[in-house]
Amino acid sequence: MPAVAETLETVQAASDGGYKWGFETDIAMEFAPKGLNEDIVRFISAKKNEPEWLLEWRLKAYRLWLTMEEPDWAAVNYPKIDYQDAYYYAAPTTKAAPKSLDEVDPELLRTYEKLGIPVREQERLQGIAVDMVFDSVSVATTFKERLHKEGIIFCSISEAVQEHPELVKQYLGSVVPPGDNYFACLNSAVFTDGSFVYIPKGVRCPMELSTYFRINAKSTGQFERTLIVADAGSHVSYLEGCTAPMRDENQMHAAVVELVLMDDATIKYSTVQNWYPGDAEGKGGIYNFVTKRAACRGARSKVSWTQVETGSAITWKYPSCMLLGDDSVGEFYSVAITNNHQQADTGTKMWHVGKNTKSTIVSKGISAGRGQNTYRGLVKISPKATGARNFTQCDSLLIGDQCGAHTVPYIENRCVSAKVEHEATTSRIAEDQLFYCRSRGLSQEEAVGLIVNGFCREVLKELPMEFAVEAQKLLAISLEGSVG
Amino acid sequence: MNAMTPGGFSARFAGLRDHLPGGRTPWVAALRGAAAEHFAATGLPHRKLEAWRYTDLSPIAQAQFTEALTLAAEHPVLPPMRAPHRAVFVDGRFAAGLSTLPAWCRTLAGDLNAAEGWLGALARDLPVVSLNTMLFEDGLMLDLPAGTDGGALELLSLASHTGRAIAFHPRHLIRLSEGASLTLIETSLGPDGASYLHNPVFEIQVASGATLSHVRIQREGRAGFQLATVLAAVEGGGTYDNFTLNAGARLVRNEIHTALLGPKAACHMNGAQLAGDGQHADTTTYLDHAAPDCASRQTYKTVLAGKSRGVFQGKILVRQVAQRTDGYQMNQALLLSEDAEIDAKPQLEIYADDVKCSHGATVGALDEAQLFYLRARGIPAETARAMLVQAFLTEAIEGVTHPLAQAALAEATEGWWEREAA
Amino acid sequence: MLRIEGLTAEIDGKQILKGINLEVPTGEVHAIMGPNGSGKSTLSYVLSGREGYEITGGSATFNGVDILAMEPEERAAAGLFLAFQYPVELPGVGNANFLRTALNSIRKAKGEPEVDAMAFLKMARAKLKTLQMSDDMLKRNVNVGFSGGEKKRNEVLQMALLEPSLAILDETDSGLDIDALKIVSEGVNAMRGPNFSALVITHYQRLLDYITPDRVHVLMGGRIVKSGGPELALELEAEGYAKVAA
Repeated sequence: MPAVAETLETVQAASDGGYKWGFETDIAMEFAPKGLNEDIVRFISAKKNEPEWLLEWRLKAYRLWLTMEEPDWAAVNYPKIDYQDAYYYAAPTTKAAPKSLDEVDPELLRTYEKLGIPVREQERLQGIAVDMVFDSVSVATTFKERLHKEGIIFCSISEAVQEHPELVKQYLGSVVPPGDNYFACLNSAVFTDGSFVYIPKGVRCPMELSTYFRINAKSTGQFERTLIVADAGSHVSYLEGCTAPMRDENQMHAAVVELVLMDDATIKYSTVQNWYPGDAEGKGGIYNFVTKRAACRGARSKVSWTQVETGSAITWKYPSCMLLGDDSVGEFYSVAITNNHQQADTGTKMWHVGKNTKSTIVSKGISAGRGQNTYRGLVKISPKATGARNFTQCDSLLIGDQCGAHTVPYIENRCVSAKVEHEATTSRIAEDQLFYCRSRGLSQEEAVGLIVNGFCREVLKELPMEFAVEAQKLLAISLEGSVG
Repeated sequence: MNAMTPGGFSARFAGLRDHLPGGRTPWVAALRGAAAEHFAATGLPHRKLEAWRYTDLSPIAQAQFTEALTLAAEHPVLPPMRAPHRAVFVDGRFAAGLSTLPAWCRTLAGDLNAAEGWLGALARDLPVVSLNTMLFEDGLMLDLPAGTDGGALELLSLASHTGRAIAFHPRHLIRLSEGASLTLIETSLGPDGASYLHNPVFEIQVASGATLSHVRIQREGRAGFQLATVLAAVEGGGTYDNFTLNAGARLVRNEIHTALLGPKAACHMNGAQLAGDGQHADTTTYLDHAAPDCASRQTYKTVLAGKSRGVFQGKILVRQVAQRTDGYQMNQALLLSEDAEIDAKPQLEIYADDVKCSHGATVGALDEAQLFYLRARGIPAETARAMLVQAFLTEAIEGVTHPLAQAALAEATEGWWEREAA
Repeated sequence: MLRIEGLTAEIDGKQILKGINLEVPTGEVHAIMGPNGSGKSTLSYVLSGREGYEITGGSATFNGVDILAMEPEERAAAGLFLAFQYPVELPGVGNANFLRTALNSIRKAKGEPEVDAMAFLKMARAKLKTLQMSDDMLKRNVNVGFSGGEKKRNEVLQMALLEPSLAILDETDSGLDIDALKIVSEGVNAMRGPNFSALVITHYQRLLDYITPDRVHVLMGGRIVKSGGPELALELEAEGYAKVAA
């Protein structure tokens, strides 16, 4: 008992001191008027100098959104959101779009450096190209030239609208249509920036691509939109990270990510989500309502979602795979931590349509403090998906008796030759494990960190190397001042 | 658009309310009135409700069932009596001439006032339960005294061939006092050609140290409907075991709510569903761990042939107080046909940290390697399939240990695959 | 007599058997030896009728009857028995029930009366005794939780009970310690007689120390490349496949 009692004490001693990304950048900003209406949609579109078709697309989404209701089926509770009490556009004031990194406001670059993002190309360690999104706009993208030589397009989606309108028009909304759900619809109306990636046929992207999202301004929502198209036989690994300052107010992040895969294409999409989670009393934090979906249109295409969700007051997120092509593969690896008053309702949808499609789901949920953590997933197999296979493993770890861990899988199978296996367990950190570690000289916090990392290893090993190290540290920090 | 039409049930109640048992007894009338109000507001459950996303009751709404007002004159053939005591209900009404009741059994309609404070004690706001409360005609009232071994009791529900679409809503109250034990073997039967609705509700109280083994064998006619709700409350050290076989009916919803209310209460809920062409079988369980040191085990197996649909939903709730809970649930489905569909939704909702809870689900077809092995030993393909189907069910069925229950179960399952494959 | 002529077969478009010619006269025991991947197991599965193999040419007859056209259970009823290299586990199926169902299915197909539970138990116990196996074997689920040796012994028990006229033993020696090997071999030897023939498929010569074959055939690359007397097995053991086949 003493070991556990001590863990609990540590939990109760929790403070938000662990969030090390909570600073604010003081920089001149330009805002749209507060609130949401058609004029705001037009304002955003005009700011981005968008073609008429895109404005129409946004307005259609906005009108549709007005008829929709906010979903209430997730196991998360929050006060009613006043959509008029936020800014839908906030951008650092710049004279003209920066042509190179040298023209980017040094204060902005300092912000990213402080966050540990490799912004200087010459400083690159592993060769990661970064698109930096600051509130509503992309402020810089590195390695564009190098990638251009391979025929790879990597830029902000605003730039893609200008430079590659035919690609954007073809694929935008083709995986997540505006009417898909309430938050995706809102995003379709007011998205401000995000990343665009096109990998041409047969090209293996020579470096990791990454986007770093930063919410900085007060009372703003971030609505980014990411679109990745992997043409036949191509391969790309994409990383995303996100942080925000510590504030007492709740800020909304409603993103849409669309992935399109042709024959034999592979996309590995990794996320470390570290939005501000709110303080120990549950004040403040980001509402993270995200729609992510991949369409495996081509035969033998493969998409792999890996996520480490440590931040946000509320996480509502289900990165999904539509396995349309024969022999296509979908994977979902997730670690979600909820501490203090955080709530997470996250999981995936695997929709098997093509023959011999395969999916794997590994979900690790960790609840501490008063956190509530829900895995929600759907495995759906259509009659034509002969030979389809799914394996799902959901494990939950509880730290303290004030938190909750929930598992809600749905299995819908209409194919006689399909095979589906689901396993879920819930347990707490075993006292004998803690004791064993401590009798070998580890502190309580170290021991918990070690055990939690072990619990998550199946997911962490899926992350690209440099991200995995970050993620491990983050796990410990997320539980720091709360457990370990 | 949110509520399905009450399917004429509300109108029926308006006309019948004074004539139903206890219609003029204030406490009964109040209970029925409140249920009727609730049901009028909800109607029959519809698929937009999370708990009903896989089972569509619109055929019941459309059938416009009417209540069987008189005891049927002719009886279907009774199965042989297995236990020393038997309670027989025909179209939801007690058939005294066919029954032999032990001293601790009465009927609800026969002694309704004795049920005050007991009837409805476990009921909650479930539309199907409200429908029953509103229209129940009769039921078994079983009150087993402390320390008594009640042996085995048969509860037989028969639907007669009335030639019209009838509904009956028996309400069974079962109470085992401290240290009592009983095996209750319940069989529902009906003619294949008749369209009828059997809507039984069980309110079961198991006191400390008492053990109830409840075996339900559902063999309704192939055009019949069953909406069964079992509401069980188990006190500390008590055990409630439920085994349900769903073999009959065009559509069945077998809903079991068990609450473990005292320390060291235990619950085993197992079941098998065999659905053939044109059948829909749904088992939905809710297990509420509301006390520390309780254990629960669930194993459900579904076998689907022809154009059929199987549903399993199972939720385990572990409340904050329920430390040291040991909960396990497994549900497995075997698909034997290209036209079959299985939907499974196991669920864990856990608020206590010192727990061991797990669930598993598998869906698949017969194993080709196993089939070949049997055939290579000379066993014909159909026999081999039947053996593998039987083997698949074993894990769920082996928990049924009472010989009378085993016999009833064997009779209900034997030859199932051969019949469906034919 | 088993007669295989020009038998070719493939899996997933890949040709494994490239024209097998083989005769096993009634009353004889023949061994087929070959390195991994030579087609030994494919031959046993093709003869016993497992799905997934496409027979592209040639024939296989047993006592003049075309066995390739038969269902697996018909082959078993005709007297063929395959002792599996990897016996399949059947959770929920009791060994006694399995054996009796198999025995009666075969008897029924032959037009013989079925054996009742009591008579079966007596038969089974007698066989268990000669195989030095415990009666527990009958109560357990088929091969579930069996050790490798127990699984192989269970195969031999099945063979002893079903009394086939042609047994194909697919690497029955793999995974057996020396004691189990002796018991299994004695089981096979006990069946030898003028009406029993066997095809013993093995990688090593070891098993043939206990079951002396009348003929030894070397299978390589999907063809029988050499045939000879029992001494051929010793030669293979000493010299290796490559040299002997050259």
